[in-house]
Amino acid sequence: MQTPTLFALLLLLILVAYGTGFSRAIAAARSGGGVRSLASLPSYYGVHTALWCGLPALIILGCWLIFDDAIIRAMVMGAIADKPESIAGQNLLYAQIQNLAAGNLVGNVTPQLQDAAAHLTSLRESGRWMQTALILILSIGLGAYAFLRISPEMRAREKVEKVLRIILLACACAAIFTTVGILLSVLFESLRFFQSVPVTEFLFGLHWSPQMALRADQVGSSGAFGAVPLFTGTLLVSAIAMFVAVPVGLMSAIYLAEYAGKKVRSVAKPLLEILAGVPTVVYGFFAALTVAPFIRDLAQSMGLQASSESALAAGLVMGVMIIPFVSSLSDDVINAVPQSLRDGALGLGSTKSETVRKVVIPAALPGIVGGVLLAVSRAIGETMIVVMAAGLAANLTANPLESVTTVTVQIVTLLVGDQEFDSPKTLAAFALGLMLFISTLILNFIALHVVKKYREQYD
Amino acid sequence: MTSMTLNAGAAVPAQDKTNSATDLPNKPATESTSVKTQEDIAETVGSPFCDEAKLRMRNVNVFYGEAQAIHDVSLDIGRNQVVAMIGPSGCGKSTFLRCLNRMNDTIEGCRVEGDLTLDGEAIYGPKVDVVPLRARVGMVFQKPNPFPKSIYDNVAYGPKIHGIASRRAELDEIVENSLRRAGLWDEVKDRLDKPGTGLSGGQQQRLCIARAIAVSPEVILMDEPCSALDPIATARIEELIHELRENYTIAIVTHSMQQAARVSQRTAYFHLGKLVEVNDTETVFTNPEHDLTEAYITGRFG
Repeated sequence: MQTPTLFALLLLLILVAYGTGFSRAIAAARSGGGVRSLASLPSYYGVHTALWCGLPALIILGCWLIFDDAIIRAMVMGAIADKPESIAGQNLLYAQIQNLAAGNLVGNVTPQLQDAAAHLTSLRESGRWMQTALILILSIGLGAYAFLRISPEMRAREKVEKVLRIILLACACAAIFTTVGILLSVLFESLRFFQSVPVTEFLFGLHWSPQMALRADQVGSSGAFGAVPLFTGTLLVSAIAMFVAVPVGLMSAIYLAEYAGKKVRSVAKPLLEILAGVPTVVYGFFAALTVAPFIRDLAQSMGLQASSESALAAGLVMGVMIIPFVSSLSDDVINAVPQSLRDGALGLGSTKSETVRKVVIPAALPGIVGGVLLAVSRAIGETMIVVMAAGLAANLTANPLESVTTVTVQIVTLLVGDQEFDSPKTLAAFALGLMLFISTLILNFIALHVVKKYREQYD
Repeated sequence: MTSMTLNAGAAVPAQDKTNSATDLPNKPATESTSVKTQEDIAETVGSPFCDEAKLRMRNVNVFYGEAQAIHDVSLDIGRNQVVAMIGPSGCGKSTFLRCLNRMNDTIEGCRVEGDLTLDGEAIYGPKVDVVPLRARVGMVFQKPNPFPKSIYDNVAYGPKIHGIASRRAELDEIVENSLRRAGLWDEVKDRLDKPGTGLSGGQQQRLCIARAIAVSPEVILMDEPCSALDPIATARIEELIHELRENYTIAIVTHSMQQAARVSQRTAYFHLGKLVEVNDTETVFTNPEHDLTEAYITGRFG
């Protein structure tokens, strides 16, 4: 039986198990004095039976699907007498066998290959039979076991809830393990990179030119992997963005939370949040085609040298992009400040602005700082706007009118197109990613910590 | 706070119904006169006016949008007097108190009519600036609301914004004096730089009183200042009100009739947005003139 069919059959069995469990519980209750004589509600008996019927079978099926191919391959390759030494050669051979078994390979077919393909087909065939039999026996057998155990004394609810708790835990773990998995893969690739480029050169080198020579005598053969220009570029663009976003976002939040009437608020707040819904790529070409030339012309009219792709253009537009982040988070925090504090300040004869400046904002400050730090990590991770508006040249500069590049942009350019995954040029992307990951992690950690501290304030 | 007061206004008709519909049939026929509807409260009995009035209110009406929360209330509060305002929940006593320093201005849709004067000056006059007004008429709220700042900064907040102290030493003196008068100095003098929110409930409320008297107001309004406190802290604050009377005029809203009897010279009884009776506190509690007052203080409703 094919796996999807088996899966559908299994679902059907689970439904049947629920129904029979439910009705058996009702029947058991009838002899013992009604549903109230049961230890749990009848539906819990149904779910209990269904879980026994479905869960082990599903787990086994999942494991089977994961390990199936590896085992069959090992068996097929084990049966071949003179196989190639290298892993790549073995991969090629196995791919040929697979193609032959699927009927795709024609020409140059040795009898040995023919045998292996037949072996593969028969293994797959018997594997499928074993799978079907195992799953069905497991499902029906365990379902029947649970069905027979139903009695008014059995505490089905507690068992079901225990299983539910484990399922919830598994879901929570999935997210955590994904993070750990990404981190580990980035970490190991980075370690490979650091084998060819020293850590100190990467962290403190002032020159970024990720080239690797194919021949020793090639022009420009010396690659340079100093990440400092990238991090200063990131810092410069993010700083400009925060310079725009924090004051504008904070003040619009103060206006919306403290001064705006109901009508203005109901219109302005959704409008502001539309800004957050604009795709960054749209911001990107807005920055590249409108803002950057405008800044260049403006700078030239003032007699300054400006390149047509500048950190300023990218930073300004990125700042606009982050405004709703800052304003929406700050607005929530300001609204969370108890009205009694405002009343207290007003009752002492503070003006509205004194109340906001001296009581509301200080009370909301930790939350606002948390929001701003989250916005910073957003700015650091932003890529599209910088790709389009700030250029690709890794200049080590603090002049916002020059073009700069950021960590994320370099990761993109390193990995776009065909790449070989054993050259330092490509592996550099992982090292940059690791650095980025660590720095945003630290920022988020600080932000969460600050927000947590804020929560304790009014308790 | 806002929503509570708003609800109180809206709840007036509902309560009217409850009183007449549920209380009436349960009472013996002889007492049926004691519970009345709004229309039956013709005018305030007792002595709402006094000669040396600090605050003079005439024909005050307060509306929350369409709902009227206060109906035609006239009352004087004498200099250095403690006036207690009592009455069932939703009777408008807090709303009335908040008119005296225009705290109702902060509530959207709230409208105040009538003549209210402080030392003869109109409180709701067109040229009146609420900022100096609120500095003259301080307020202590139901729930202690210290700012999330240090104890020192809480008390120094008012003097700072009003520019009362020009030098640090002067400010220190004001802070110490205010805390001493609020009876909190000995408990906090060693930790003035610790957050005010870290104090106990009773201490927080005394801190709020210290904060209010630090700007040297002439009148202090207290809106159920002890409702969140235990009996010991309550006793401490009542003692404090006694001491403060020498220098300040105090209007206090309270749900505790014992408290009203202990701290005030005059008591005003509100019912359904109307002022039913004002008299010397002793008269109100021993020999009330109005049936409704008697019904309330003897615990028959409210």
